[in-house]
Amino acid sequence: MTEPIVSLRHVVKRYVRGRQAVEVLQGLDLDIAPGEFVALMGPSGSGKTTLLNLIGGLDQPTSGELTVAGQRLERLGSGALSRWRARHVGFVFQFYNLMPMLTAQRNVELPLLLTSLPAAKRRANALAALTLVGIADRANHKPNELSGGQAQRVAIARALVADPTLLVCDEPTGDLDRKSADEVLHLLQELNRDFGKTIIMVTHDPKAAEFAGRRLHMDKGALLAAESAA
Amino acid sequence: MKYLPLIWATLWRKKIRTIFTLASIVIAFLLFGVLETVDAAFTHPNGGASGADKLITTNKYSITLSLPLADAQQIAGVSGVVAVTWITWFGGYYQESKNFIFAQPIDTASYFNVYKDELIVSDAAMQSFLETRTGALVDVALMKKFGWKVGDRLPLHSAIWTQKDGSLDWIFDIVGTLDAKDPAQASALSSTVLFHYEYFDEGRNFGKGDVGWFEERVADPAQSAEMSSRIDAVFANSPNETKTQPAKDFAMAFIKQYGDIGFVLRAILGAVFFTLLFLTGNTMMQSVKERIPELAVLKTLGFADGTVLMLVVGESMLLCVLAALVGLALSFAALPVIRGALQGVELSRDAWIPGLGIAVLLALVIAMPPGIRAMRLNIIDALADRH
Repeated sequence: MTEPIVSLRHVVKRYVRGRQAVEVLQGLDLDIAPGEFVALMGPSGSGKTTLLNLIGGLDQPTSGELTVAGQRLERLGSGALSRWRARHVGFVFQFYNLMPMLTAQRNVELPLLLTSLPAAKRRANALAALTLVGIADRANHKPNELSGGQAQRVAIARALVADPTLLVCDEPTGDLDRKSADEVLHLLQELNRDFGKTIIMVTHDPKAAEFAGRRLHMDKGALLAAESAA
Repeated sequence: MKYLPLIWATLWRKKIRTIFTLASIVIAFLLFGVLETVDAAFTHPNGGASGADKLITTNKYSITLSLPLADAQQIAGVSGVVAVTWITWFGGYYQESKNFIFAQPIDTASYFNVYKDELIVSDAAMQSFLETRTGALVDVALMKKFGWKVGDRLPLHSAIWTQKDGSLDWIFDIVGTLDAKDPAQASALSSTVLFHYEYFDEGRNFGKGDVGWFEERVADPAQSAEMSSRIDAVFANSPNETKTQPAKDFAMAFIKQYGDIGFVLRAILGAVFFTLLFLTGNTMMQSVKERIPELAVLKTLGFADGTVLMLVVGESMLLCVLAALVGLALSFAALPVIRGALQGVELSRDAWIPGLGIAVLLALVIAMPPGIRAMRLNIIDALADRH
């Protein structure tokens, strides 16, 4: 059997708010295989974004074992976790989170600044990523000159450019109209199918979740039944 | 260097604010360049037409107290003194008090004996000067400044010396020009008028037979300190005790009559930079605060805490150093204007190094609070706008 790329064992995440401790994730167990496209669904406050943050290395579990891309994340310090994120994870946000003062190409180049690639190679790779997501003609435009769908494509190019092990998408179509949302979801599906990218996507939208190969449902910090695509 | 485009783009995120911040720093460093240059000129004066082999003997208690001319002979008799001459502070100006003239009554023979290797006076001018009781040798730059010509009558007003008729106005005849061989000394000479001590001493109605100070040329500059003591020993316990010192020390003591110029200039600069620190620091804090979600995104992408701190420090450094360079360049461009206002003061461009040092220090102090805040940013809270 293939080694899972994401493995959670009894993962608990607890926040202290004021004097009260809130257990957001309650002993989760989960395996995600390489090349899977997983949709995480559930009501607000169910813990899906917290789970996504843990898998993406933005946060660490209170207890339990969390292994992603062969690395026990709960054992890493802040600096090592930053380096691990740069190498293994591409992030796509609901509101794109592009740098407003940089062109699309410069935005896509950002993760490559953390590598030893020379400037010309960085530019070439950024352009290749923009070409891959079908928006190379907008390379010199700033985010405020792009539509929502175009901005999200730039964000996906930024997530892809360093060739990460997995893509972590938090409501990637939440700010888009249906047509743009479908285009972005088709793009993610292609990246998963044609390039074998492992994708974990949080979404409220059942139509968006249909693009995933597996749908996980969460409620009150626990995983409910999973369903696979037909 | 690979982060420079990102830092540069971030700096210009809000153009108007950046331009105003840059302008305030440019003005501060323009002021710094000007005041530091002036301070350096006063702290390390060139000493006018005086070199290392020159000593100056004044009254022990104040340079405003005179000495008897008869002391010249005793000074000349001190072993190691090659030549001695005497000068008196005339306190002159031309037409208006803002037109200060460093007019000096000199004993021609002894003065040019002391300064024979440093000054340029044509033979014809010297001859004419020797033959004209009211003659004056005028620095070439001063001639040009006021458009004077040889043969012109030159009325100078003295703030101190009244004539027998009670007038403070003295009339001279310009007989020739005076220049220095060394360009630095030429600048120091730029308001000088030399005229005869005999004419001055006969004309004044008090202080006859007295002089302001003596200037000596010594055989061995390395022996200056010993020579000074030897001269002062001659007048010890006399009614006119003396203080002899190298010419440059004398120039500084003279300037310090007006107060501690360095302290005043530094107090002004201190106030300017203190204000700048708060204004620019506040702007930088505000700028970083507005960009917290963007900084959180950078950290999400894998930028380490130290790299984020470096980006903020880099932005502050670029802002301060760029503005400081412009300000200092403008201050140096203003040197000719300052030189015109401070006649006789030699200015240098040595403010570069302390100026850039202050810019770097300023950038670090300004960047640290917002930089540390950015470094410690919790990604989850910042992305959720709970920072």
